[in-house]
Amino acid sequence: MKRRGFLAVLALLGMAPLARSQERVIKVSAKKFEFNPSEIALKKGEPVVLELTTEDVTMGFAASDFNVDVEIVPGKVTSVRLVPDKVGSFGFICDVFCGDGHEDMGGKIVVTG
Amino acid sequence: MSEIDRRDFLKLAGIGGAVFASGLAGCAGMASAEADEFYFVQLSDTHWGFKGDALNPDAAGTLPKAVAAVNALKEAPDFIVFTGDLTHTTDDPKERRRRLAEFKGIVSKLDVKTVRFMPGEHDASLDRGEAYKEFFGVTHYSFEHKGVHFVALDNVSDPAARIGDEQLAWMKADLEKLDKDAPIVVLTHRPLFDLMPQWDWATRDGKQAIEILMPYRHVTVFYGHIHQENHHMTAHIAHHSAKSLIFPLVAPGSRPKREPIPWDAAQPYRGLGFRGIEAEVKKPGYELTEYPVKA
Repeated sequence: MKRRGFLAVLALLGMAPLARSQERVIKVSAKKFEFNPSEIALKKGEPVVLELTTEDVTMGFAASDFNVDVEIVPGKVTSVRLVPDKVGSFGFICDVFCGDGHEDMGGKIVVTG
Repeated sequence: MSEIDRRDFLKLAGIGGAVFASGLAGCAGMASAEADEFYFVQLSDTHWGFKGDALNPDAAGTLPKAVAAVNALKEAPDFIVFTGDLTHTTDDPKERRRRLAEFKGIVSKLDVKTVRFMPGEHDASLDRGEAYKEFFGVTHYSFEHKGVHFVALDNVSDPAARIGDEQLAWMKADLEKLDKDAPIVVLTHRPLFDLMPQWDWATRDGKQAIEILMPYRHVTVFYGHIHQENHHMTAHIAHHSAKSLIFPLVAPGSRPKREPIPWDAAQPYRGLGFRGIEAEVKKPGYELTEYPVKA
């Protein structure tokens, strides 16, 4: 099988090709009412995979500047691939209401050149 | 607020409040014959049970003051709506019910026969509306008033801020019986449009609700959640948010983060208030009057 075809099959199966498995993985844990880490340092153009988990209840992870909006369910890892296309500081929040303190639950993604 | 005639207040509104017209433009005479004029009052985001002197040292007194101010209006409104966050959230189900009960007791002093409620995320998101329903019944519904069709939409019982397919289908079916020129008012808690998603000022499937509303030519949405006035158009649909009755929040995008505005002892209750909404069918449009809370 030619490589191009092999990659296409992997894509159809929803499997990441080898290059993606080498992408930097950043683990982010959520709990009432904080993310750890709350600041995520990225480089423009460098693909990363955020592996999101929650220690207690269902949470959200929304970074609207990068069109990311996912739910984080207890007991599961939610993976998000992100390729920052701009430099700066961009906020992210929990957008699944989780209690008194939810409004302050967030952090920032800092992208350098 | 001292006793004040509503019409006098409207005349004064250029000084102390704001009059805003929207929504019914071009549909004069389309409502039923008795619907020449009516008005209702919107109160929002009372957050009963909130404690925090830096933001509101009179947290337990602000709602009763608003109730007294509404009762002091010379002309009683046809009805009153509370657009959510009646109570401040708590993880304790017993405390949640205690706050809902206290809130209900306070607003029972309103001298208006018809008071309609809907939940905010603080009331309903942690138990999917279970406690709220025990006190106030269903979380979405519709009703007619003098030729205007009102729809109360629940975008908070799902903690992820979804209206949900079932409710959207219900709204679509509810509206299908109406003429496309019928005046429609939607009452909800969160903005249906993406006002500021990075501050959680949005409804995840709000766009679908707007798409359902779009064929109707005279739609106005009144909502809460953002603790301040905001006026926005999505095509011909007007969206008006209401002030809070606990503490104001900063204007969308004005700061890096969403944050409350601290209490100013020199200007107590600044940024808090409620709204009168007058629908005059012969003079097309809704007139919005912002009423302050005073010591």
